[in-house]
Amino acid sequence: MILQGLTFYVFAAIAVAAGVMVVSARNPVHSVLFLILTFFTTAALFVLIGAEFLAMVLVVVYVGAVAVLFMFVVMMLDINFVEMREGFLQYMPIGVLVGIILLVELLMVLGTASMSPEVLATGTEPIPDIAHRQNTAAIGDVIYTKYIYLFQAAGMILLIAMVGAIVLTLRQRPGVKKQNIAEQVSRRREDSVELKKVQPGQGI
Amino acid sequence: MAELWSIYLLPGIIILAQILAIVVPLLLCVAMLTYAERKIMAAMQLRMGPNVVGPFGLLQAFADGAKLFFKETVLPTSANKIIFLIAPMLTFFLSLVAWVVIPFDEGMVMSDINVGILYLFAISSLGVYGIVMAGWASNSKYPFLSALRSAAQMVSYEVSIGFVIITVLLCVGSLNVSDVVQAQADGVWFFIPLFPMFIIFFISTLAETNRHPFDLPEAEAELVAGYQVEYSSMTFALFFLGEYANMILMSGLTAILFLGGWLPPFDIAPFNWIPGPIWFFLKIAFLLFVFVWVRVTLPRYRYDQLMRLGWKVFLPFSLFWVALTAGVLVAFDMVPNT
Repeated sequence: MILQGLTFYVFAAIAVAAGVMVVSARNPVHSVLFLILTFFTTAALFVLIGAEFLAMVLVVVYVGAVAVLFMFVVMMLDINFVEMREGFLQYMPIGVLVGIILLVELLMVLGTASMSPEVLATGTEPIPDIAHRQNTAAIGDVIYTKYIYLFQAAGMILLIAMVGAIVLTLRQRPGVKKQNIAEQVSRRREDSVELKKVQPGQGI
Repeated sequence: MAELWSIYLLPGIIILAQILAIVVPLLLCVAMLTYAERKIMAAMQLRMGPNVVGPFGLLQAFADGAKLFFKETVLPTSANKIIFLIAPMLTFFLSLVAWVVIPFDEGMVMSDINVGILYLFAISSLGVYGIVMAGWASNSKYPFLSALRSAAQMVSYEVSIGFVIITVLLCVGSLNVSDVVQAQADGVWFFIPLFPMFIIFFISTLAETNRHPFDLPEAEAELVAGYQVEYSSMTFALFFLGEYANMILMSGLTAILFLGGWLPPFDIAPFNWIPGPIWFFLKIAFLLFVFVWVRVTLPRYRYDQLMRLGWKVFLPFSLFWVALTAGVLVAFDMVPNT
């Protein structure tokens, strides 16, 4: 157990330190890299509590896809760092407010859990023993039966967001030549090459 | 004290020995792969290939390695030094850590975790960071363009790789890598029932490892060498080793998902005398040969065609095939583990 405890504190410390660096790093690319580190150490913490499916999904979805796109955008920004520092004091009250609200919410959740454990029991499924049900299967059991409507609704919302993003960014520019691969492939020699017998001195 | 030895030190030493037993042969394979690639390409282009260093030029890779090792590491003045140095290490590191879940034979796996396939998928999706960080930290225009290309390319092809993996997992009913191979022991290898997925997966691994014909991040005709422009000496060597180790890893993954991993082609006398790791090695070697074959044969894709192939051809097709596979499994009552 000492080893688990030690790894937990190491990962937790790294996660918190990286989280602090996300907001305090001057260079936005460094911020994104620290964000990735935070995701990664959080995944490690998930592994420690035995939720390896969540850990891997966190890495695949957030680190492997979302953060890559973040990085993609942030790398291309041309930012004046001096201007950004000036804006810091202006935005700080909002940031502090959001932080305090989040903290209060967390405390309320944890407080309910510790003061009246029966409240938790109303919403959750019993967690099966890892020995006879892997947690990938356990999550599937709950998501596809009890929470199927919520799960499908989340999927619908994501689909609508995706369609919305495409609609907002799609623009038809006139006069742009586009490749039509079907047309190219279906082209035959007879359509484009014609053999003519040319008499000398006459032309076609 | 005895407890300290039996709980921490002994397992630690065993793990260390296992790591060495995987990494050292892997790096030897990488060295031999670069040699094999040059020899195969030479044979296909009617040349001799490396034939001076050692018998048949076998030691060429080590000579190249030694040369790179003794060169000076140049740090560009305008580069972001720390990230510039982390990037090649990250690429190399990621190409090695994935091997912990690869089974070489029944039970011959370093860490038999329940979400092995997801772990491999996660690690391979992290590979893009090495290139993106290198491209950005170099603070130079060709590497930067290469980083942007690579980010878009690898994210695009990961989507279809994900769907292909899901199709295989539907037929297996487990995320454990060893279970994937065991599922092919009773029936046929998955490349027969899932043949289109096998082809899509192979092409996507070419794109994922930035190999020809999808080597746009390092296209020498337009980007010089892309993200590798500013790298020299060992930093370059780490990228190089990482790229080739990733090729071996991706071939290994293809072998596990579709070609039955360590299983012999027929479970009868002359075939099952040969031990499993050798079958696994032969399958990887065959896939690597195809990697090189593709490189020699095909010209580089244009970038818009690359994106079209990923998003408009592979993604809809693999999505359709996931639905088809699931439908067939349910209709004929063949869903595993129910």
